[in-house]
Amino acid sequence: MTNPAGETRTVVVEREVEHPPEKLWRALTQPHLIEEWLMKNDFKPVTGHKFRLSREPKPDVKVAIDCEVLKVEPNRTLSYSWVAYGLDSVVTFTLTPTATGTHLRLEQSGFTADQKAAFKGAKASWPQFLAALERVLEQDDNEGDNA
Amino acid sequence: MLFKSLSDPTRRAIFERLCREGEQTVAALTAEAGISQPSVSKHLAVLKQAGLVLDRHQGRQTHYSAQLAALTPLIDWTKEMTGFWESRLDDLEDLLKRMDQ
Repeated sequence: MTNPAGETRTVVVEREVEHPPEKLWRALTQPHLIEEWLMKNDFKPVTGHKFRLSREPKPDVKVAIDCEVLKVEPNRTLSYSWVAYGLDSVVTFTLTPTATGTHLRLEQSGFTADQKAAFKGAKASWPQFLAALERVLEQDDNEGDNA
Repeated sequence: MLFKSLSDPTRRAIFERLCREGEQTVAALTAEAGISQPSVSKHLAVLKQAGLVLDRHQGRQTHYSAQLAALTPLIDWTKEMTGFWESRLDDLEDLLKRMDQ
């Protein structure tokens, strides 16, 4: 998927985790553990493996993310593509051992439809708008969960 | 509100046309919409309430234009994803604690 009009953006979330990288790695790469903190999945820590993350935030709403494993460096780096709802991106987890555990860095980099292109009202951008709306709705759900 | 206002195909077509062609009168929109003028006006009222269109009165005519800024928060995915990951990583840390046991 290429979109020359798209604009790349990056999200970075960092955490100091009081657990060793090996343990964090298990949580990031074992399907039954991934399901507990992220979503249902058919993940395998194999470069090139295609998998899907999915969940139902509401009974009639299905969320599915198409992914492909890009990089596996045990206990250090895990990277996979994250394609959903007009968002074409790559998610990378970087683990660095510290005196007290692990520094976890999550980076998501990618793009959606360019704003100007969207403003033209091109038909192709509508699924992306609606997808963005769905993301907002989902975000509302997450906030609800935290309450 | 935003989601609901764009979920109707006729309403979406009206909004798309305003995006594509700029300001239009209700009469001009009706001519192409294939529905009655009161129906078009109703759709425009919903779009206006959602902040997606602005109306301007000139003489007996009302002109409508698209308010694209209303869509901006939806196009910038980074805010939503940051919130998503913060919440997921909270769950990840909870899981790591349970894995100790």
